[in-house]
Amino acid sequence: MLSISQELVDAIWAHARADHPDEACGVIAGPIGSDKPTRFIPMRNAAMSPTFYEFDSIDLLKIYREMDDLDEEPIVIYHSHTSTEAHPSRTDIAYASEPSAHYVLVSTREELAGANEFRSFRIVDGVVTEEPVQIR
Amino acid sequence: MSTPEIDIRIPTILRPYTGGEKSVQASGATLSAVIEDLERRFPGMGERLLEDGKLRRFVNVYLNDEDVRFIGSLDAVISSGDSLTILPAVAGGS
Repeated sequence: MLSISQELVDAIWAHARADHPDEACGVIAGPIGSDKPTRFIPMRNAAMSPTFYEFDSIDLLKIYREMDDLDEEPIVIYHSHTSTEAHPSRTDIAYASEPSAHYVLVSTREELAGANEFRSFRIVDGVVTEEPVQIR
Repeated sequence: MSTPEIDIRIPTILRPYTGGEKSVQASGATLSAVIEDLERRFPGMGERLLEDGKLRRFVNVYLNDEDVRFIGSLDAVISSGDSLTILPAVAGGS
């Protein structure tokens, strides 16, 4: 289960809508072992694409060092799908490399007409498991 | 002349190869040699970093503060006191 504040959910949506039609991406860090998303870190999509996202490699180094200094880990790794459903794609699954993270997907596709599709998944060893989202 | 032994920061997903250690040592005069040494000490690690003799596209390797892709990749020269950080890319698509 992902337990997350409304404020952080809103922050993810704001980022996804701002970057549409490109995929938005980012991390929410939290204290190691807490499973509590706390610190919102929107990232630049270095791929600048409506169908692919990638953190810039130097940005990635910076945030991992920062999290290390703060005894944090990535609790949520989020990104948006801009024309498909909010479910991990084969590419998402292939590149998921944080086994403890909650992979959050939102969809900004036009057909949703404002309806919110916000879903969370665990991706471990290539296996995707959807989990409930509890908004505090 | 001995080759420098340097510190290497290992990401969570590769720690099964290092017995859970997040920081290990290896030595070599170039990144290529260091990876060979890593493979000797932690079998299986090499294949997670290399494909067809090149660094894997979605594995980032940093020598101090630089992405090795910009400083010679596998030919990057390693000096005493350097540190290496390995981070899988955070990426995906629709």
